[in-house]
Amino acid sequence: MPIEVRKPGLSTTVQDTGRSGYYDVGIPPSGALDQYSLTVANRLVGNEPGAAALECVYLGPELLFTEDAVVAITGADLPPRVNGEERPLWEAFPVRAGDVLDFGYVKRGARAYLAVGGGIDVPVVLGSRSTYGLGKLGGVSGGPLVPGDVLPIGPGGGTPGRSLPDELRPALAKEIEVRVVMGLYDHVLTGAGRRGFLDTTWTLTPVADRVGFRYQGGELETVDRTPPFGAGQDPSNIVDAPYPIGSIQVPGGVEPIILHRDAVSGGGYMMIATVISCDLDLVAQSAPGTRTRFVDVTLDDALAARREYRQRARRVAELLA
Amino acid sequence: MSGAAEARYSWGGDEHIFVELAESMSLRANFRAMAITTSLRADRPDGVLEICPANASYQVRYDPDVIEPEKLLGHLRDIERKVGDASDFSLATRVVEIPVLYRDPWTTETLMRFRDRHQDPDATDIEYAARINGLADADEFIRVHSGSPWFTSMVGFVAGLPFMYQMVPQERQLVVPKYLRPRTDTPKQTVGHGGCFGCIYSVRGAGGYQMFGITPAPIYDPSQSAPDFADFMVFFRPGDIVRFAPVDRDRYDDLVAEVEAGTFRIRSRPVDFALKPFLDDPDGVNTRLLEVLRAD
Repeated sequence: MPIEVRKPGLSTTVQDTGRSGYYDVGIPPSGALDQYSLTVANRLVGNEPGAAALECVYLGPELLFTEDAVVAITGADLPPRVNGEERPLWEAFPVRAGDVLDFGYVKRGARAYLAVGGGIDVPVVLGSRSTYGLGKLGGVSGGPLVPGDVLPIGPGGGTPGRSLPDELRPALAKEIEVRVVMGLYDHVLTGAGRRGFLDTTWTLTPVADRVGFRYQGGELETVDRTPPFGAGQDPSNIVDAPYPIGSIQVPGGVEPIILHRDAVSGGGYMMIATVISCDLDLVAQSAPGTRTRFVDVTLDDALAARREYRQRARRVAELLA
Repeated sequence: MSGAAEARYSWGGDEHIFVELAESMSLRANFRAMAITTSLRADRPDGVLEICPANASYQVRYDPDVIEPEKLLGHLRDIERKVGDASDFSLATRVVEIPVLYRDPWTTETLMRFRDRHQDPDATDIEYAARINGLADADEFIRVHSGSPWFTSMVGFVAGLPFMYQMVPQERQLVVPKYLRPRTDTPKQTVGHGGCFGCIYSVRGAGGYQMFGITPAPIYDPSQSAPDFADFMVFFRPGDIVRFAPVDRDRYDDLVAEVEAGTFRIRSRPVDFALKPFLDDPDGVNTRLLEVLRAD
């Protein structure tokens, strides 16, 4: 029936589209960091787009299937193998009872999504099956997979053979542009600091996980100010405030951090911009070393980009219906 | 009606509106955040996904496919005007007692391990905090820390972690810096302090606040097995009023045994709290709050 985890990979978690309504008590949305790849994987195997799947980071897991199933892997270029034989990405293929699925080395991107017909059927917690590791909640026992875990599969099988056309597969590049809306506390930067943020080519450090992505590349000048009462001593500190998902904080003016879907929900570092919602998928596929430019857009531009993203998702839904 | 500074609104990408009510921390700013978000919950437009009150600010996450951002912004400005300085707002909340073993062995072991990241490597966190706040020693610090109630001004960072603001005039507040570099480890249920905020760490993990003690009371229980968590896995809500009650090691061990037996309950009483009477007579109101807590 279920899938048995032989090797867990680097950090493999169960994720769906996430949960809403608990951020005010510090429980972030969680869910797949690359939502597009998750929904495509689900469509390929015939699931609802928000069914739970596995998010595999850099190094994939080794899984023993104890029943016949249909699976699809999307996102990062992490080549799947069944009993050692390579299988395609972005295409639904069959797996037989007794087969072992594992992965080769990642070639491009950072996170692959493995959907199985019927979905990963772990319990729903606060409206979602997503793992939130810091809170030990959701997924399988609240954390990444460990050897010996057993993943139940939901009802519904799916048919193999469907694949996504090339033009609908995301480009996985080593140099990317991420669109941001400036604001929040960007007035704490000087004009030069603000320009520096947008003019610098930042490099993603190895500190990049579901909570946040940390970059190196320069130091941003902050205005000379006495921190307000309750903020702390550094001029870049603020009175602890909520952090938007996608917000970029710059502790001490160095090493910007993009908060992602397992974000700490608030804190005392100034935020200076927010990644627009559809570009969070792009950030999710950044591997350490990815050279990243932040491009300032208006709210209207962000909404237009959002519409385009929705249109693309609709095309996928029509093609794979 | 007014007296409150105008709020500052900012877009957080295409899904968030961030609203700063004041740059500095004050109970008044926090109360406005509470009043505005309470009003927004009562009159919640479709498409609002998250309402997050914080210390002196709040944030709304919304779905722009359902509600136009400018329309939501207008709605928030309307509520801000209606709420004014929040002096007539009253909060139906709770006063709760959190037992604390100050200077416990576990946070002491942890702080010794991270001495290289501390402002004063030759003292413990509590000795350092006492000194920079002009208090005679750790005992006096504990008396001040547990001597007046704290207002839960924000819940977050990680699941269920309360930020607390001491309910005394600003000049009497305990203020301590955070660690020079954050620790990679903090015991679960550590009672900490950074800037003007107290906190209780809900889970084990990284942290930068000074560590003074530990509470036997679980405050986050994703398994929802303990009686305080039958309804929800997070104990604290913004607005909760907290009294820290010092306990000795024997009492601490007894309470831990109660937690393990599944019989422990956090002592808690309902209370209405209004800002103006508090600002007029903080010590009097605090005395009454502690009486409510003791009443059976």
